Amino acid sequence: MNLPDGNRKSATPQTVSPETLKIVLIGVNHRTAPVELRERLGFSAEETESALITFRKLPFIQEALLISTCNRVEVLITTDQPETAREMIPAHIAEWKSMPISRFMPAVYVYAGDEAVRHLFRVSASLDSMMLGEPQILGQVKEAYRHAVNTKTTGVILNRLLHKAFSISKRVRSETGIGGHAVSISYAAIELAKKIFDTLSDKSILLVGAGEMAELAVAHLMRSRHSGRIFVANRTFSVGVELASRFNGTPVRIEEIPETLKFVDIIVSSTGSPDFVITRDHVKPIMRRRKNRPLFFIDIAVPRDIDPAINRIPNAYLYDIDDLQGVINENIQIRHQESMLAERIIDEGVVRFRQWYDSLDVVPTIVALRDKLQWIAAAELNKTLHTLDVSPETADALKKMTDAMVKKILHDPTIFLKNPGSHRNKSTYIDLTRQLFNLDDDLH
Amino acid sequence: MTAAFGIIILLYMLSSAAYIGYFSVQRNFLHRLAYGVLMAGFLLHTGLIAYQYIHLSQIPVQNLHQTLSFAAWALAGVYLFLKYRFHVKILGAYTAPLATLIMIVAFWIPQHPSAEPNTLFNSIWLVSHIVIIFIGEAALALAGGTGGLYLLQERAIKTKNPRFFFKRLPSLEFLDSTGYAFIITGFTLLTIGLITGFIYAEKVWGTLWSWDPKEIWSVITWLIYAALLHERLVAGWRGRRAAIMAIIGFGALIFTFIGVNFFLEGHHNEFTRW
Repeated sequence: MNLPDGNRKSATPQTVSPETLKIVLIGVNHRTAPVELRERLGFSAEETESALITFRKLPFIQEALLISTCNRVEVLITTDQPETAREMIPAHIAEWKSMPISRFMPAVYVYAGDEAVRHLFRVSASLDSMMLGEPQILGQVKEAYRHAVNTKTTGVILNRLLHKAFSISKRVRSETGIGGHAVSISYAAIELAKKIFDTLSDKSILLVGAGEMAELAVAHLMRSRHSGRIFVANRTFSVGVELASRFNGTPVRIEEIPETLKFVDIIVSSTGSPDFVITRDHVKPIMRRRKNRPLFFIDIAVPRDIDPAINRIPNAYLYDIDDLQGVINENIQIRHQESMLAERIIDEGVVRFRQWYDSLDVVPTIVALRDKLQWIAAAELNKTLHTLDVSPETADALKKMTDAMVKKILHDPTIFLKNPGSHRNKSTYIDLTRQLFNLDDDLH
Repeated sequence: MTAAFGIIILLYMLSSAAYIGYFSVQRNFLHRLAYGVLMAGFLLHTGLIAYQYIHLSQIPVQNLHQTLSFAAWALAGVYLFLKYRFHVKILGAYTAPLATLIMIVAFWIPQHPSAEPNTLFNSIWLVSHIVIIFIGEAALALAGGTGGLYLLQERAIKTKNPRFFFKRLPSLEFLDSTGYAFIITGFTLLTIGLITGFIYAEKVWGTLWSWDPKEIWSVITWLIYAALLHERLVAGWRGRRAAIMAIIGFGALIFTFIGVNFFLEGHHNEFTRW
């Protein structure tokens, strides 16, 4: 539990409680703002922390968090004056970024209460990402939270909210297929390779030509304790040698490719050649010598390097760039279907958070505390009366005594909780009380 | 007894449903459910067969009803064991429905009270012949199923249409090597089963070989699997061709098991006819 310092808001003039305190989220993202605008609004790590420090000094902000990625800039706060916050935060941003507020105001969205909570959950679960389900965003939200913790701008509400967001993202990831289907060329190729080969770690790879995507695919294939060999073929042998040394592989000449096909399992090709580099006649005779062990060709080049007729040879599989794109499109659709499931998990999280948030209200807490003490007193009284043989009058007197004790014990805490002092954050004490007396059993 | 039989069918059905559910939505709790229910059905089935064995004082494969029930039992048992060994969870979606189907067919077949216990059936050679052959055939049935899954997955990859099966089935290499392991297991048991059968025949009829149609078809089936294994080792028949051969072999096996009795005569007849 990360309780904020009770005295830090000494500038805050009035007491705050959930009745008046609102969670507000103000931001722009890739849907509302073009990249020219987003890149100008971005906050570096240092800028984020100094912005948070400034926010902390604003009287109407209790807690603050700033998320800045290449696709979004969002400020999450708790405030007792949502209207002021809504105007002042963009104004501050305009000042820092030295641009007229009118330039980005049309792109700004503001969410409050449940909607703000839902938006944060959707962002961190990657439902609001440009590429649905991409995994980086959760790390970025965690990073933003770390900055807020460093600058001590989070309190009981945002701490709880962010931890909830992290656990919901985890649930979304493990219970839905939203992140499970490859949506990049190199990952789609690996996904396919995994459906052809049982393990990739012992498979040998031939890289033909060079190119960012092909090299990326090879790099991905080589992950996870790869023990197979790497061959690199290039029209310019010296380039091949250089590339091979990068992958710790063996350079081969273009003419040696047919011979190399005997040893390798996966071929990634991306040359500038106008003709096929590998033809059916190269592969057909090799299959028997390979004892029909499968061969997987990945052709990323345009125009294509590998004869499409190869796909008709038994145990040889060929995917060109369009085929891979087809796989990706299919996967994106699956992610969209899975996102419905994720939305349900998030709805549930919003409701649960709302329950907890409402419990921060002072009255239910006092009632829950009184109920708990009365319940304990009644139970103990019953136990005692069972073992003693007392007259009804005595029993009555004992009951009166325990009731009075409960009342007296509760007197000071109740007064304190109702008004912890103008300089103190009420929700902190309410939350502390609920934890101290374990009043939230059903909310966890 | 009929009640027990019905409960077994019900358990197998439930397991099939859970396996098919697991196959389509890939949620692990469904697999655990399916496996547990299949295990329960198998244990009850084992109890039933043990009861029949004691009651009849001979192994209960005297008529088609019992033979089918015994085949389904062997199938469930071999799958439960192999699942443990090879982690082929997905194959349950084939095995459990197949076992259920066999049991339902067995259920509908009229049961004539079997003839007086025959001392012919108490030989250790016969018992081992039957048990080993059935377990071997169950393994070959699984090989056929694995071959089918291989063809489905291969088609999904070749046609570049990764729809339903692609995501749900394991890799081609895995299906291929698992199917191969099933065939080696099944073939070995089939060989031992045939040998014990010959020894039994020698003891009872005084001749190893009597040109019985079942004997002939058994040997044909055995040759198909022998050819498959030989080609795999020598010429590297793997993948699609091995999968097709596994299915053809399974087809021959079914014909040997059931078909021969309906179309041809022979001394195995009475066990597999009603």
